[in-house]
Amino acid sequence: MGKVKGRSGPLAQRPDNSAFKQQRLPAWSPMLTANTVLPFFYLVALLCMFLGVWLLLTVQGTQELKLDYTEAGTCKGCFDMRKNASKAAEPCECRLDFEIKKAFKVIFLNEQQILTFGSTQVASSTQKKRGDVFFYYGLQNFHQNLRRYMDSRDDGQMVGRKNKLMNPSTYCIPFNTDQAGRPIAPCGAVANSIFNDSFTLHYRGQVVPLLRTGIAWYTDKNIKYRNPSNGNMTLAQVFNGTAPPPYWHKPVYQLDPLSPNNNGFINDDLIVWMREAAFPNFKKLYGVLRRAATPFTKGLPAGNYSLNVSYNFPVQYFRGRKEVVLTTLTWFGGQNHFLPVAYLVTSCLILLAAVVLTVVWFKFGKTGRKMQD
Amino acid sequence: MFRKKPPPEEERRVRANDREYNEKFQYASNCIMTSKYNIVTFLPVNLFEQFQEVANTYFLFLLILQLIPQISSLSWFTTIVPLALVLSITAVKDATDDYFRHKSDNQVNNRQSQVLIRGLLQNEKWMNVRVGDIIKLENKQFVAADLLLLSSSEPHGLCYIETAELDGSEETPQFTYRLKVPHHLQKEQDTRHLTAALVCEPPNNKLDRFCGTLYWRDKKYTLTNQNMLLRGCVLRNTETCYGLVIFAGPDTKLMQNSGSTKFKRTSIDRLMNTLVLWIFGFLVCMGVILAVGNAVWEREVGSLFQSYLPWDPSVDNFLFSAFLSFWSYVIILNTVVPISLYVSVEVIRLGHSYFINWDQEMFCSQCNTAAEARTTTLNEELGQVEYIFSDKTGTLTQNIMTFNKCSINGQTYVLRSPFYLQRLDFTPFNPLADPDFCFYDDTLLESVKVGDAHTHKFFRLLSLCHTVMSEEKNGQMELVYKAQSPDEGALVTAARNFGFVFRSRTPGTITTTEMGRPVTYTLLAILDFNNIRKRMSVIVRDPEGRICLYCKGADTVLLERLHPCEQELMNVTSDHLHEYAADGLRTLALAYRDLSEDEWEAWSESYCCADKATSCREDRLAAAYEHIEQDMMLLGATAIEDKLQEGVPETIAVLSLANIKIWVLTGDKQETAVNIGYSCKMLTDDMPEVFIISGNTVHSVRQELRLVCLSAHALEADMETEFVSTACACKAVICCRVTPLQKAQVVELIKKHKKAVTLAIGDGANDVSMIKSAHIGVGISGQEGIQAVLASDYSFSQFRFLQRLLLVHGRWSYLRMCRFLCYFFYKNFAFTMVHFWFGFFCGFSAQTVYDQYFITLYNIVYTSLPVLAMGIFDQDVPDQRSLEYPKLYEPGQLNLLFNKREFFICIAQGIYTSVVLFFVPCAVLSDATQSTGEPLADYQTFAVTTATALVIVVSVQIALDTGFWTVINHVFVWGSLGSYFSIMLALHSQTLFLIFPNQFHFVGRSPLLVVLTDRHID
Repeated sequence: MGKVKGRSGPLAQRPDNSAFKQQRLPAWSPMLTANTVLPFFYLVALLCMFLGVWLLLTVQGTQELKLDYTEAGTCKGCFDMRKNASKAAEPCECRLDFEIKKAFKVIFLNEQQILTFGSTQVASSTQKKRGDVFFYYGLQNFHQNLRRYMDSRDDGQMVGRKNKLMNPSTYCIPFNTDQAGRPIAPCGAVANSIFNDSFTLHYRGQVVPLLRTGIAWYTDKNIKYRNPSNGNMTLAQVFNGTAPPPYWHKPVYQLDPLSPNNNGFINDDLIVWMREAAFPNFKKLYGVLRRAATPFTKGLPAGNYSLNVSYNFPVQYFRGRKEVVLTTLTWFGGQNHFLPVAYLVTSCLILLAAVVLTVVWFKFGKTGRKMQD
Repeated sequence: MFRKKPPPEEERRVRANDREYNEKFQYASNCIMTSKYNIVTFLPVNLFEQFQEVANTYFLFLLILQLIPQISSLSWFTTIVPLALVLSITAVKDATDDYFRHKSDNQVNNRQSQVLIRGLLQNEKWMNVRVGDIIKLENKQFVAADLLLLSSSEPHGLCYIETAELDGSEETPQFTYRLKVPHHLQKEQDTRHLTAALVCEPPNNKLDRFCGTLYWRDKKYTLTNQNMLLRGCVLRNTETCYGLVIFAGPDTKLMQNSGSTKFKRTSIDRLMNTLVLWIFGFLVCMGVILAVGNAVWEREVGSLFQSYLPWDPSVDNFLFSAFLSFWSYVIILNTVVPISLYVSVEVIRLGHSYFINWDQEMFCSQCNTAAEARTTTLNEELGQVEYIFSDKTGTLTQNIMTFNKCSINGQTYVLRSPFYLQRLDFTPFNPLADPDFCFYDDTLLESVKVGDAHTHKFFRLLSLCHTVMSEEKNGQMELVYKAQSPDEGALVTAARNFGFVFRSRTPGTITTTEMGRPVTYTLLAILDFNNIRKRMSVIVRDPEGRICLYCKGADTVLLERLHPCEQELMNVTSDHLHEYAADGLRTLALAYRDLSEDEWEAWSESYCCADKATSCREDRLAAAYEHIEQDMMLLGATAIEDKLQEGVPETIAVLSLANIKIWVLTGDKQETAVNIGYSCKMLTDDMPEVFIISGNTVHSVRQELRLVCLSAHALEADMETEFVSTACACKAVICCRVTPLQKAQVVELIKKHKKAVTLAIGDGANDVSMIKSAHIGVGISGQEGIQAVLASDYSFSQFRFLQRLLLVHGRWSYLRMCRFLCYFFYKNFAFTMVHFWFGFFCGFSAQTVYDQYFITLYNIVYTSLPVLAMGIFDQDVPDQRSLEYPKLYEPGQLNLLFNKREFFICIAQGIYTSVVLFFVPCAVLSDATQSTGEPLADYQTFAVTTATALVIVVSVQIALDTGFWTVINHVFVWGSLGSYFSIMLALHSQTLFLIFPNQFHFVGRSPLLVVLTDRHID
């Protein structure tokens, strides 16, 4: 061990008298006593209680409607038809009637909340005009979280790298090239399995207007997904030489031919699908109510509605279910009861522990000596 | 390193001055290489050694698994980064160690020595010296190799050496030994053309033994240890000598002795290894459960899901898929046994060792030595010691001997009254007196002055019968004695002060100044001291021509050899001896015998005959000695006091309060031992039943004993269990008359029967076996050389430092290590088990919960430093407090802070944490949406939420576990959290994503941040 040779004399080998070497660094030794711990317990219990109650009230203010349309209404016929693989490409329309008993009232977010929880400034100004009745499609027992499924994509291709467009990553195998050897764009199992049902909602014979854009994460839409570009070439020319994924009915550049900002890789539906869900039961945003015209300015009025489904997505293979979800939101989101309840339960447990500790403290602990006996 | 090893030597044949002959045998050259690597071999050899560690190989195996694409559930770097880190830390440490070894090797190998080559003296580097060469040594030179002494410039072929380096340090007191040129060679002055052949034993590590035969001029001569100059010694008081190299370099006794010592492991180490094995078992179980789950899932669901996700081409059924899934999960879940565990433990122990080295309270200013942790792997065991085995002399006592009492011809001279503390002033009477000597009984001085014959003879004996060397400094006024044992020094000094000054010795004479008159005695024979004889004698012829044998030795041996007419004096002296021993003094009896010329002649012949004997020389010499040491006349007895070290009684009191049992093992006799026991406060007056067991009467002894004082032969009988159970029922145990081997036996016995942690503390070579066999060996660096220190794990210079070593450093080390291990297992279970729960939701597909960068960095960046800081700096109570309340030591002895139960509690807590960490985010997020409507149930949100929660939870846990928040703890805890958030921010940046879209796909920022920082994107 390093001895200091420089010094001499009878104390040459004496270790330094530094606080570090003598283990006397100034330090804070927290002493957990009843006087500090018990108030802390009560405080945390109160805090959790408050959060739980507040969130519960917030959640109570939202409305939600879930419709499982897998085999409901006329969709039963389509469900049976999709069982037959040979008729997979045939279109099938079906209809489902339902009733909204209580109108979906819009809850206006005040300015401050928009700043804090809203999207960007730009988004928040449109936000006001947008309705906050949200239309989701949901899938059950669809595993977007399988390891090989999640790997089966090429982010390089979808961010617009041209070499990747023609040369998809090997992770996409077997969905990287078609039988003719043409590269698939977008490649991989994720893109291939895109949810391709489409919906129209009717109220008293009138189509309920839905905004079908602005439903993806900001960074996904603006950073993560980019169309490859090549001078003045159109999207169709850029994608020339690629093949659509095998299960797709149309190529990627025709997802929304009318709107160039929603076509190709930056199509909102595609982006929403590509953000893989963590659990086998999930819902994804389909559209947002456009509240420009009556009778939808204040949300969805009560009454009878019918849902027209273009039924394409087969779920019977994996014993899945399909549903649509209509919901209103607050700053906290939709009908999410778990968190408020969890807070309340935690609060109760802490309170219980605190009371027990207080009793123990009163009985034995105050002097600190009785425990030793 | 990889040189083919020649078959083991059976005997060594050497011819002097015949290099060609000697080279046939390929004896090792004198170049020593203690270093392990050179620049080229460092990397491969070091890696090879490191991969012999099971843990490292295991991680290499994981790495290979990860390279198989079908299995790889994690990127290769999640394993290779921590592995590389661990390997490189170890490699750097090894490299520094080796660098210093290279340096010292070079220094030693390049020392110069004079070698006879073809009859000419030439300077050669040490490394070029060969076996069979003849080397010339000069005074104060280091001996280059193990040499057979051929000739010496001193008369009678004697030469003197100091064992400086053999003891390991140049600063320790030096002892001088006397060596003899084989007497038949003594007359051969011209060694230059010596043609002798030699056969001897193969290289070994026995310092005190050598046997060989010299063939010279068609005659055989026996060689012993006394003819050997060992490497590492220094030549003293000898102008020149010549030696024949017999063992060189790695074959020398010095190098053979520096071999690897027995590797000691702590009980925590063993527990940790067991637990790690259990965790491996647990890992395999989890893998099997998940693989079965995978099989079921693939059969029930996955096969239906194939249209969306076909199986890999190589996978054709669900069973094979499950098989692959098993290995994938082994990769994912391997973090339950983190690779950083072993390295962290080493780092913490190293830190603790440095704290021991740095402790000023364990620094002795008198001897200028700080405590030293020579082993860095045993620190936490210092907190669990239950038995201390202590040597007495030099450990409890100072080993500074003072001549205290004596009995001359039945008259005892002692300190009469405590009030009469006038120190005797010797200077007017004797200018050569040692000013440091003190004695209080002036009647003795009077009796010397009046010329009492017995008194004179008494001191004459003391001035003649010894092996002390003298050295005169500053002219003649300052006489310095160098003695092999401090007892001898004390006796010779006493004689000196009473007017019988030993001045100098030559091999054939001893010169003294008796009452101011120089006298030279002819030294006829020295009958050496050894442990069996327990006595030494000299036969001298005084200037008048009378021959006399002077003998001093242990009373038990000596009193048997007295002339029968001495019975009365013997009884009186014997009483005195008992009295002295009861005062805790070391006693010796002195006797003489006048020899007639004829007696001497006769004996001399038989002695020469025995000395020249080739077989059983030792026995025959002993018999010859026995023959002459008979019918002696008793002169008296001496009593030497060995003072207790400072603070010994207090230390023993504190240690026994800490429930540590202290056993004193000593070679002294019963009375002395019991007395020391009293003065150390080991025995107190309220222990009425001091039970002394001698012989085999153990059966009568039962629980009511308070103390056992055991005679050595109690050990020899086969009553181990009886002994252990009896001794352990006692409050204090003192074993007396034990040999070094028996000391080790006692330790082994307790280790075997009590399963307790033992500590042995001692200072002399006779304690080495005990120090080596105890769990922890402590060496006192003091008067008796440093063999004990070299064999020890910890060393310091005062016995009283032991309480600080155990109660402060040991207790802290144990506490820290336990807290460290608890937390370490906790945090890795909390981290890893989340994957297990997720398995049930992701079709057992070995999808991880966290992203791969988090998995890579969790153990080496996010959570490593706070727990290291706790493991190194934590304190529950300040050091004074643990010395004031020795009871605080007991949790360590009972092993309460980390055992299998504690381990399961940690694991359970970790699993509970993982349940909360998985299911709460799972339940919250599956229904959650942003206020803009986008659901939050996506994988990225879930992964980041869980990871963040995990880092926060384990940081809060370490904050709760840390009891002593120094600046370093603050920096590490907050720094780890800070590093997590900054790294997360970096990983989510679009910059990284745009460079490597496939590697960093977790792009995403708060929209607000995006607007603020990345506006140019739009």
